[in-house]
Amino acid sequence: MTTPSPVMRDQSGFVIELEQFSGPLDLLLHLIHEEEVDITDLPISKIADQFLAVIGDLGLNQAADYLEMAARLLRIKAQMLLPRRLGDDEWEDPRAELVRRLLEYQQIRELVDWLARAAAVRAERFGRGYEAPPPDAPPAPLQIDLNDLLGAAERVIALIPEPMLHRVVPRPLDVEGATAKIHALLAERESFAWSDVVGPGATIVDVLSAFIALLELAKRGTLSLTQPEPFAPMVIRREPPREAA
Amino acid sequence: MSPLAKLLEAALFAASRPLTLEELGSLEPESGEAALRAALTELRAAYGDDHGVELAEIAEGWQFLTRREYAEAIDRAQFALRPRRLSPAALETLAIIAYRQPVGRVEVDEIRGVDSGAVVDKLLERGLVEIVTRGEGLGRPLLYGTTAQFLEILGLKDLEELPRLEELSVALRPPTPAEEPE
Repeated sequence: MTTPSPVMRDQSGFVIELEQFSGPLDLLLHLIHEEEVDITDLPISKIADQFLAVIGDLGLNQAADYLEMAARLLRIKAQMLLPRRLGDDEWEDPRAELVRRLLEYQQIRELVDWLARAAAVRAERFGRGYEAPPPDAPPAPLQIDLNDLLGAAERVIALIPEPMLHRVVPRPLDVEGATAKIHALLAERESFAWSDVVGPGATIVDVLSAFIALLELAKRGTLSLTQPEPFAPMVIRREPPREAA
Repeated sequence: MSPLAKLLEAALFAASRPLTLEELGSLEPESGEAALRAALTELRAAYGDDHGVELAEIAEGWQFLTRREYAEAIDRAQFALRPRRLSPAALETLAIIAYRQPVGRVEVDEIRGVDSGAVVDKLLERGLVEIVTRGEGLGRPLLYGTTAQFLEILGLKDLEELPRLEELSVALRPPTPAEEPE
C-alpha cells in the first residue's frame, strides 16, 4: 500500500490501521479476537466502545460503512439495556443478526485464506503462453534548467509569424465622379442598368460611390430606380425634367 | 506413446491455455471419449517425474505446467512472471461469488459490509467473474458467477474442488437462540 494510512495504537498496544481492514466487519472481528471474547455472546458495550474509539481516532475515509456499523452497535447496546422480565420467552437477542453476519463474514475470511493459498500454489506453475514483461518504464522526467527552458521558449516564439494587424486606409468615395458618369449615361440613353454604371472590375469604392450617387440623383428627381420584381436587376430611367420649385 | 497421445501432446504444447476434453476431441473426432481419456492418462504418465513440466488438470481442461520446484529460478531469471496477488477485497468478493453464484451485488455488499461495486468491476475486467443472468425482482439486478479463468488462477479442476462449507472451522449456524444476558 503506497498511501500512508492513519495509524493508532489500541489499548493492548497493537498498531491498528484502518486501511488494513476490508470493512467494518473485518475491524469488528479483529477487535473480538484481540479481546478474546466469545463471538456468540458478544460483550456489546465493550466492543461498541472500542469500535467507536478506533474509527473516531482514524481518518474516516470510508466513513459511511463504518458509521453505519457504529450506529448499529449503539442501537444494539441500547436494546440490551432495556429491562426484561425474567423468563420472558419472547425476548429476542438484539445481537443475533450481528452475530450471524459476523460468523458469515468469518467464514468468508476463512475461504479467502484458502483461495489465497490456492492462488499462490498455482502461481508457482507456469503455463506456456509466455507473456512478455511489461514495457520499460517511461523515460525519466525531463531534466532541464532555466536557461534551456528560456532558449526553447525563444525558439518557439521566433516561429510565430508577425502579428497580422489590419491597417485602416482612408479611401474617399468619389461620389462626384460617379454622378458625372451617370449624367453622361442619362444624356445618352433614356434607361440603363446598374451594370452600366459600375462596369466589371469595379472596386468596392466604385460600387459605393455609384450607389450613393444614384440615390442622390433619385432623390433630386433626375432619375427613377425601379425593380420589375424582387432580386431582378435594377432599371435606371431618366425622369422628365421638372420645373424648378 | 500412442499416436493419439502424441497428437494431444502437440496440441497441448501449442495452446497457451487449458484445453477442455471437448476441444481436444475436435482434433480427431472419430476417436471416442474413452480413447481420449486413455490417451490423456498415458500422456500424463509419460510426463512423470522425469520431466520439468507436467500435465495438469485445470479449469475443466488440461494444460502443460512447469513443476512448482522450478518457479523460483524461472521467476528470478524473469523468463516468466508470477501473476500479481489478488487483494483481500478481491478475494472476499470472489469467495462470495464462487459460493453464492449466481449472486447480485447487493448480496455481496451485505456479506462484506462494504460497497463492492469497484471490486466487482475489476474482477469483471480481469475475466474472473462474469454476468451470468439477471435476477428477478426490483430492477432485475445483474447476477454474477465465476469463470474458467477463476478456476485457472486458483489451479482448480472445477468448482467441486473448493472446500465444502461444512469443512470450515466456522460453521454457519442459524442465529443462536436467545441467551441470558450477563
